[in-house]
Amino acid sequence: MEQHHHILSVLVENKAGVLSRVAGLFTRRGYNIFSLAVSPTEDVRYSRMTVVVDGDSSPIEQVTKQLNKLIPVIEIRELAASDAVERELLIATVKASAEERSHLIDLVSIFDGQVIDVGVASVTVMVAGTPDGLDAVADLLAPYGISELQRTGRVALPRLIRGSRPLKAVKSSDQ
Amino acid sequence: MKLTGAQALIKSLELEGTEVVFGLPGGAILPVYDPLIDSSIRHILVRHEQGAGHMAEGYAHATGRPGVAMVTSGPAATNIVTPLCDAYMDSIPLVVITGQVPYSVIGTDAFQECDTVGITMPVTKHNWLITDPADIPEIVREAFHVATTGRPGPVLIDIPKDVAIESMDWYWPDSVDLPGYKPTNKVSTKLIKDAARLMSTAKKPVIYAGGGILKARAAEALRELAEMTGIPVVTTLMARGAFPDRHDLCLGMPGMHGNYTAITALQEADLLIALGSRFDDRVTGKVDAFAPNAKIIHVDIDPAEIGKVRRPDVPIVGDCRRVIEELVKAVRSDLEKRHWPDLIPWWSEIRTWQRDFPLYYEQEEDGPLKPQFVIEKLRDLSPDDTIVASGVGQHQMWASQHWKFDYPYTWVNSGGLGTMGFSVPAAIGAKVGRPDRTVWSIDGDGCFQMTAQELVTASAEQIPIKVAILNNAYLGMVRQWQEMFYEERYSEVYLSPDLPDYVKWAEAMGCIAFRVDSPEDVAPTIEKANAITDRPVVIDFRTDYREKVFPMVPAGASNSDVLPGPTPNGGK
Ligand SMILES: Cc1ncc(C[n+]2csc(CCOP(=O)(O)OP(=O)(O)O)c2C)c(N)n1
Ligand SMILES: [Mg+2]
Repeated sequence: MEQHHHILSVLVENKAGVLSRVAGLFTRRGYNIFSLAVSPTEDVRYSRMTVVVDGDSSPIEQVTKQLNKLIPVIEIRELAASDAVERELLIATVKASAEERSHLIDLVSIFDGQVIDVGVASVTVMVAGTPDGLDAVADLLAPYGISELQRTGRVALPRLIRGSRPLKAVKSSDQ
Repeated sequence: MKLTGAQALIKSLELEGTEVVFGLPGGAILPVYDPLIDSSIRHILVRHEQGAGHMAEGYAHATGRPGVAMVTSGPAATNIVTPLCDAYMDSIPLVVITGQVPYSVIGTDAFQECDTVGITMPVTKHNWLITDPADIPEIVREAFHVATTGRPGPVLIDIPKDVAIESMDWYWPDSVDLPGYKPTNKVSTKLIKDAARLMSTAKKPVIYAGGGILKARAAEALRELAEMTGIPVVTTLMARGAFPDRHDLCLGMPGMHGNYTAITALQEADLLIALGSRFDDRVTGKVDAFAPNAKIIHVDIDPAEIGKVRRPDVPIVGDCRRVIEELVKAVRSDLEKRHWPDLIPWWSEIRTWQRDFPLYYEQEEDGPLKPQFVIEKLRDLSPDDTIVASGVGQHQMWASQHWKFDYPYTWVNSGGLGTMGFSVPAAIGAKVGRPDRTVWSIDGDGCFQMTAQELVTASAEQIPIKVAILNNAYLGMVRQWQEMFYEERYSEVYLSPDLPDYVKWAEAMGCIAFRVDSPEDVAPTIEKANAITDRPVVIDFRTDYREKVFPMVPAGASNSDVLPGPTPNGGK
């Protein structure tokens, strides 16, 4: 997945139904999404969707152009993985007997994670990181016994350029 | 000034220049029908909401102005989904208004509630659910703007009953503010030069003109470009009439049932100048085998069409008319500087195909009536600028093949969706938009049965359209495929020529009706029909059910493997 995914950072009007317009477009045109995260932005009129698309099954240029045709879509930036900083949040409830608990806490802290809830025989941990890093965390937690795990899907912003390399931005009129 | 939401809606439609609304009232839209009584807008009461949608489409096809339809919630809204989808596929500007249950009860499965905005999202360019009457003028302005600019298309406004009843302070916005909607309007000079350069070296160029020419009102510009360069022009099913069929440079329709020359010229070309066309599968046949040696110049207002099917060498996003006008300038100055290749060898190839593979059929004097013969007689006995609206099936292909479309906006048909039942209501809409023209619906017996009840509308509203039913007693196009590709195993395609009795049915709907069985009665009956101008006319033409549409490119086959069908001398 990591080789072929494309990140689209989509600025949309913050109006009812926009998510279903975007999701509906993906269904109708047969595009596959790995993850989709929606969040408010610094400006209340807009939200930002971070869509991770499977570039193998979905022609990214078409995806972008079709998205651009949606009226509430204001701007789309296509972020190549190398041009973006990406993060994702994972929380998991993991079995942890009294003896295992300190191992588990050590493991989570290697990844700058935290324990956010504690039960009699299990704990809930939280780790933020790159999607790859979180894959590793999930693998390492598995032997303890994961009873529940959730990931947010990634959010991404363009990497800040200190030289003069321009961002790869896609807009409908730039044909 | 205080207005109710309903009054504001009607006033907004008036200010957008709406002269006619096709529709049918019901519970949720009741408040909006009340101020309609006092409005200058003409309302045409349909017998089924699908009819309202197709009439609005026919109106838009014929006039270039957006068609407006208004229906109630629930079943009425779902009834108009087919025309929305049809208009979406063929880029027809429509504004559809649907009633909705009161906003306060949305989500409770109230009587006649349905998620109209959700259902129509994939078949509209955009849609709106109004939640506050104060938004009405703004949304109506946005709706007309979106429907008619860029790549045109249908839009829908869903208005809950309580929003229509509540009052608002009237205003009229002077502009629309849609930050995410900015249709392209600049044309890249560099790309125009690149295009002219490619044209200046091509030895076998073809202009592949699509429906975008008509949407952009670019027929004249196209003619100038073609005449200046001597490049042959094919007109797709959506572009019939965009270039005159009787023009020397016109090769007619390409595609699955195009004529041999148009198909083959595209296939053998070294340059395709695609203007407002979208490389539809019905034109390309097997995409990998389509025009294998051609470079491509692709002009379209919709950036998503560029490279969707075939990657062009010169991609130009823009309004067809503006682009063609720029191209004309660039070509003119290039022609002054440089000697363009001689197209005579190319034309002599083309003329050979035209000679050897013309459209062909045989009408025996006392044999069964051939549908092509009927169409040719209709064509020859009706005014040149007659508007033809067709259904979907064999009769549609024969109409497109055998009519001579010499004027833009004279061919009204359902291309992308292929909607049976389109013809009668679309013809009515076209006649409402162009009352000065003769409007013939050329329909199939199967199609006619889907929406014929709109002839009641036509009679009641005195909209004198004419309908030619090519009654072959079959779902003919399906029968043709079963004959050719399913070993003549006919499954559920027989309809009967006499059930219903089309003449009685038409008479019951207030029309004058005739039946024609034999070739010699064709012309006199058409003349009678053309002389009737005060009410709709229907002619039941009993045509030969065995006739098949040729040429034909079988589904999935390469255009090089076109089956030419019968030829006058057995071809070459
Ligand atoms: C609403 C709808 N249903 C089914 C079809 C599939 N279909 C395409 S052509 C055709 C036959 C049309 O029959 P008729 O109107 O008699 O025309 P003919 O082909 O005989 O000229 C059918 C069933 C369709 N295009 N649209
Ligand atoms: Mg038939």
